[in-house]
Amino acid sequence: MSTMTDNFVPRRKKRITGRSIAILAFLAMCAAFFCIPLYVVIVTSFKTMDQIRLGEIFSLPVTWTLEPWREAWSEACSGIKCEGVSAGFFASLKILFPSLILSLSVSSVTGYALALWNVRWAGTFMFILFMCAFVPFQIIMIPMIILTGKIGVYGTIWGVAVVHAVLALPILTLIFRNFYKDIPGEIMQAAIMDSGSFWRIYREIILPMSANIFIVVLILQITSIWNDFLIGITFGGLNNKPMTVILANTVISATGESSYNVDMAAALLTAIPPLLIYFVLGKFFVQGITAGAIKG
Amino acid sequence: MPTIAFEHIYKDYGSLRVLADLNLSVDDGEFLVLLGPSGCGKTTLLNMLAGLQDVTAGTIRIGEEDITELDPKDRGLAMVFQSYALYPTKSVRGNLKFGLAAQKLDRAEIDRRVQWAAELLQITPLMDRKPAHLSGGQRQRVAIGRALVKNVDVFLFDEPLSNLDAKLRTEMRLEIKTLHEQTKSTIVYVTHDQIEAMTMATRIAVMDGGVIQQFGTPDEVYETPANLFVAGFIGAPAMNILDATITSSGPQASATLSDGTKIDLSHYEFTANPNEGQAVKVGLRPEHFDTSGKGGVVSLTLPVASRERTGSDATIFLKFGDDLIAVRAEPAEARDVMVGDNFAVSFPAGKLNLFDAQTGQRM
Ligand SMILES: Nc1ncnc2c1ncn2[C@@H]1O[C@H](COP(=O)(O)OP(=O)(O)OP(=O)(O)O)[C@@H](O)[C@H]1O
Ligand SMILES: [Mg+2]
Repeated sequence: MSTMTDNFVPRRKKRITGRSIAILAFLAMCAAFFCIPLYVVIVTSFKTMDQIRLGEIFSLPVTWTLEPWREAWSEACSGIKCEGVSAGFFASLKILFPSLILSLSVSSVTGYALALWNVRWAGTFMFILFMCAFVPFQIIMIPMIILTGKIGVYGTIWGVAVVHAVLALPILTLIFRNFYKDIPGEIMQAAIMDSGSFWRIYREIILPMSANIFIVVLILQITSIWNDFLIGITFGGLNNKPMTVILANTVISATGESSYNVDMAAALLTAIPPLLIYFVLGKFFVQGITAGAIKG
Repeated sequence: MPTIAFEHIYKDYGSLRVLADLNLSVDDGEFLVLLGPSGCGKTTLLNMLAGLQDVTAGTIRIGEEDITELDPKDRGLAMVFQSYALYPTKSVRGNLKFGLAAQKLDRAEIDRRVQWAAELLQITPLMDRKPAHLSGGQRQRVAIGRALVKNVDVFLFDEPLSNLDAKLRTEMRLEIKTLHEQTKSTIVYVTHDQIEAMTMATRIAVMDGGVIQQFGTPDEVYETPANLFVAGFIGAPAMNILDATITSSGPQASATLSDGTKIDLSHYEFTANPNEGQAVKVGLRPEHFDTSGKGGVVSLTLPVASRERTGSDATIFLKFGDDLIAVRAEPAEARDVMVGDNFAVSFPAGKLNLFDAQTGQRM
């Protein structure tokens, strides 16, 4: 009698070929392109100014210090105010949440309507959205300043939040619409026969199927809002500057000697929130991009 | 109680006319099967009845009420879809409950109905599972359950069994039939499977090219097909259709096949008077041939081309000019026949079908 392992001859593992070496070398170069500056920024933020003055930018800190981080967070001067980037952090949060809620709720409902209900002129509407998504912000910036001024939100947190939301709507609507388009027609037909209510079908059937796409859109939006500079500086006025604007002022405005360690720490502090989002939601992001509405 | 009536229905998709002047009426408690090849407009017709597609022209009535413009949820219909169309994020229970979303019912009544449907379909142990964790047959039951809870008089089925394997299909066929007998509801059932149609229907509407070719009981459709399309579409193996010419009309009518064989038509019940010299088509069902080869209105002795065993039956194919004639035989009989042998068959009076070669209509 033969057992299961009698004819067990393992296949040889594939060897590394010249082609894969070339790819690895290319990837290593790309990694270095990002990693070296990052390394410099990180080590500098932990150095004392005494060591920085020596000019060895690649050396490790002799004495590790958190002082630059503390200073960047709460004391660094941006213009005439010396409150650190923390003020910007909270301003950015205040911009982030309303604009996320506004843009995601409006675009997902519009996308749902365009994809799954008979909307008159849907094709024309989508073409216009598509065009809008590619209009550069600079072109409509000045009219929008006037417009927000008329409405009375110019120079407020709300102004920045609303502008972010409105500018994101076209592309987000198209993203949602394309996602919902793949929901099988018969599911929608069944729902229309069962309930017939636009909102109830959205709430009970469509929304629970949308987790993946919401995460994708959430990450896109958080990153773009957090990293934005132009909208923040034009619509925020003097008192509602987001973190990026505060950071820029901090780096530029230092009189006398530049505190590179504080600048670096401030830059890192500003970059951490989107990074954190990537780490936490990154896995879902990849799933969300590849997966459709129905797990199959 | 309601009857469903389609009156002068037209349906265009853009410039493509899918249905033209279609009339059909379904009696209360009937099991109507819409049968036809792919793309003939069955789903379109069903969706228009359900309100999921607009009607280009014409009227649909349920009872006396004109429902052509009514919202789907207000039509008092329930539908079972080919892909089951279960809500993927809801449990089985959630799916059944959502079936009642349009009806304003109190919680106790909802629970009672869900429980009743679950027991009837034997899905009680599955109530908390998601559709993704169910087998095809179980999903099908849930889909039927979601329609049942609505407690309506009319159920629509769009090819509900086509995604199941053969054994499950036979089981579910019986279950749906039993369900129909229990609930005494009206059912409109779409399929392109003639066995489903023959076994379940009280009446069949055979469709082709957006036109109803024949509307009758399974027996009528099978025994007296109204035209060549129905004759060829229903029955497996298909009816043998042979070219012939009328050689004499009147009480001693007869026809001649292309090889000169004479057919005695004196017992044939003509619905239209034949003319001498008229080209006709003769339809002979494989199972009506008498393999003893004696008597009948046609006798043929032809060489055997091949034979086939299909489980309980066997089919012998005879060479007739360039065509093949299929003859049903006992498996034992078919085993003894050699390819190339001459085989004598005859065809009894009264089973023969005659069609006008030009119009394709029954004569
Ligand atoms: N939305 C649509 N737009 C344009 N043409 C359509 C549309 N839906 C169906 N058709 C066409 O209408 C005809 C009938 O389609 P229908 O779906 O009713 O066929 P069916 O009889 O249900 O076929 P099957 O057995 O394959 O399901 C087909 O020729 C099809 O191409
Ligand atoms: Mg169909």
